[in-house]
Amino acid sequence: MSAYEAILFTIITASTPLLLAAIGELVVERSGVLNLGIEGMMVMGAVCGFAAAHVSGSAWLGVLAAVFAGVAMSLLFGVLTQTLITNQVATGLAITLLGLGLSGLIGSDFVGLPGVKLANVSIPWLSDLPYVGRLVFGQDPLVYISIALTAGVGYVLRRTRMGLIIRAVGQNHNSAHALGYKVVAVRYACIAFGGATSGLAGAYLSLVYTPQWIENMTAGRGWIALALVVFSTWLPGRLAAGAYLFGGVWILGLYAQGMGVGIPSQLLSSLPYVATILALVVISTNRRLSVINTPASLGQGFVPDR
Amino acid sequence: MKKLLTAVAGIALASALSMSAVAAEKLKVGFIYIGPPGDHGWTYQHDQGRKAIDAKFGDQVETMFVENVPEGPDAERTITRLARQGAGLIFTTSFGYMDPTLKVAAKFPDVKFEHATGYKRTDNVSTYSSRFYEGRYVIGQIAAKMSKSGVAGYIGSFPIPEVVRGINAFLLGAQTVNPDFKLKVVWVNSWFDPGREADAAKVLISQGADIITQHTDSTAAVQVAEEQGVHAFGQASDMAAFAPNALLTSIIDNWADYYIARTQAVLDGTWVSTDTFGGMDSNMVNMGPFVNMPADVKAVAQATTAAIKSGELHPFAGPVYKQDGSLAAAAGEVVDLGTLLGMDWYVQGVDDQL
Repeated sequence: MSAYEAILFTIITASTPLLLAAIGELVVERSGVLNLGIEGMMVMGAVCGFAAAHVSGSAWLGVLAAVFAGVAMSLLFGVLTQTLITNQVATGLAITLLGLGLSGLIGSDFVGLPGVKLANVSIPWLSDLPYVGRLVFGQDPLVYISIALTAGVGYVLRRTRMGLIIRAVGQNHNSAHALGYKVVAVRYACIAFGGATSGLAGAYLSLVYTPQWIENMTAGRGWIALALVVFSTWLPGRLAAGAYLFGGVWILGLYAQGMGVGIPSQLLSSLPYVATILALVVISTNRRLSVINTPASLGQGFVPDR
Repeated sequence: MKKLLTAVAGIALASALSMSAVAAEKLKVGFIYIGPPGDHGWTYQHDQGRKAIDAKFGDQVETMFVENVPEGPDAERTITRLARQGAGLIFTTSFGYMDPTLKVAAKFPDVKFEHATGYKRTDNVSTYSSRFYEGRYVIGQIAAKMSKSGVAGYIGSFPIPEVVRGINAFLLGAQTVNPDFKLKVVWVNSWFDPGREADAAKVLISQGADIITQHTDSTAAVQVAEEQGVHAFGQASDMAAFAPNALLTSIIDNWADYYIARTQAVLDGTWVSTDTFGGMDSNMVNMGPFVNMPADVKAVAQATTAAIKSGELHPFAGPVYKQDGSLAAAAGEVVDLGTLLGMDWYVQGVDDQL
C-alpha cells in the first residue's frame, strides 16, 4: 500500500464513526428533536457490539447488538422527551451520562479481552486494482453502509413524502398535527433511527477502529458528531463533507508531525476544530441557507391539544 | 411544634457526633484518576495501588476514587468534594492536577495531598513520581536491536518534561546500539483517546517505523502494531494480552508500596511533605517479561536493567548532546536532576521539534 493510499485509508477510518453518528442525529434534528445523548448511545453500542461479538465470535452479530443497544437507549430518550415531555437538553445529557456509566458496568468483564474485527470487503480482481482497488473496493463494510445511509437520508428527506413529513414535523409541529400527521410517532421513529446509527458508530469503534473494549472509548466523538450536524446546516451532503474534512485535517496533522514539520503539535491538534469553525463561519454568512434549513421546532416538546 | 424541632435538632446533633466519631477512627483515602481504572495502562496501576491499600489496612482505612476527571477547573471541584467528604489523604494522579491540588490544599490545611509527577510542594502537598525513563532506556536498546528499518515511532501525549524525558531516554538507549537510529514523534494531545492513539500508530507505521512505543494510556497503539506486524512496548501496565506477537516487553509502574507507606505515615501521624522520585532500585518501575526476541537481545536487556537497578548505569550519563548540537552533559557527568525534571529539549537524533 503506497503512502497516499495509507493516508486516505486512515482518513476514512477516522471519519466514518463521526459520519455514522451524525447522519442519524441529522434526521432526529430534522424532526425537531435535539438529542444530546449521542455519546451515551455510541458508547453503549460500542460495549454491546464488542460483548456480542466476543461471546458469539461473529462480528456481524456484534454490529446487530450495537444497533439494538443504540435503539434501546434512544427509545429511553424518546419515552422521556416525547411521552413525558421532559426537557430535551437535560434528558440528552442524562442519556450520555447513563450510557458512559452503564457501559463501564457492562464492559467491566470485557476489558482486556481480544476483540473480533469486522473483516474488510474483498472483491476478487476489483480489490486488487492498482491505486484505487483497496480504497474503493476494499474498505470495511460499515464504510459502505455509512455512505449508503448518507445518500439514502439525502434522498428520503428531499425527494419523498416521508421526508416531507419529517421536515414538516420539525418545522412546525402544530401545523403538522393539524394536517393529521402523528407528530410523536414520527419523532419516535426518527429518534430510533438516530439511536441505530449511533449504535453503528459505536460498533465501528469497538469492532473496526480499535477492536477492543476500553471504558469511555468514544472519547468525545459524539459531541463532534453533534457539532457536525449544525456545521452541515442539516444537509446530508455537507455533513459527509464535514466529517471527511474533520478526519482529513486530523490525520494530515499527524502525518505532518511524523514527517518532522516544525509546527507545534498543539496547533496541529486544534486544526480540525479550527477548520470546522471556519467552514461554519463561511456557511453562516449565507443567512438564507442556515435559516431555511434550521428546523424551527428544534428542541421543543409537543403536547397535542385535544 | 417547638418540641418536634428540638427533637429533630437533637437527632441531627447526635448523628453528627456519631459521624465524627466514625471519621476519627477511619482514615479516608481519596484518589483522582485521569482515565478509567479499566484502561489497562496508567490509571489501572494507580487503582491497583488503591486496592493494595484496601487489602493491607482493611477496616482501618476506607478508599474512594473519582475516575475520568479532566485536568482543569473540574479537577479543583472534584478534589474539593473529596476533601469535604472527609478524606484525610488525597492522591491526585496526573500532572495536570498540579495547580488545582495546590489550591484545594491551601483551603484544607489538615488534609494531606499527594500529587503524582508534579514539582510544586507545600506543607501538606507531597509530590511523587517514578523514573519511567529508566525503563524507556531499556526498551530503546531493545528497539534498536529489533528494528530492521532503523526507525521507531513514538506516540506522545503532551509535550511536558515527563514525556520528553522518556523520548530522550528511549533514543539514548537506542543510540548505544545504533548511533544512526531515527525516532519519529507524533503528539496526540490527549492522555486517553484510543482512536487517536491508533491513528497515530498507523501514521507512524506507514512512514516507515517498525517499532511503536507510546506515552499515552490505552492499549490501542499496541493493538495496531499487532495487526500490522510490527513490534511494540507496553506502557504503565503489562499489555501482553493485547499483542501476544508484537509486544517485546512492558514498563510496569508499581505504586502499591508507596501508597501503603504514605497511608501508614498518616495513620501514625508521621506524614510530612516530601518529594519521591523512585525508579527500578525501589521497584517503583519494573520491566515486564522480555518476549518475542532472540536470546542475545534478551540478555542485553536484562543486563541493562540490572545495571540501572544497581545504579551502575545512568540513562542520562554523558556525553549527552542536545538537538542543536550543544553539550548537555560531558563524558563522565550525568544530566542533573533539576534539568531532568524540567526537560524541555530533545537529544540529538529526534526527528521532531518541541
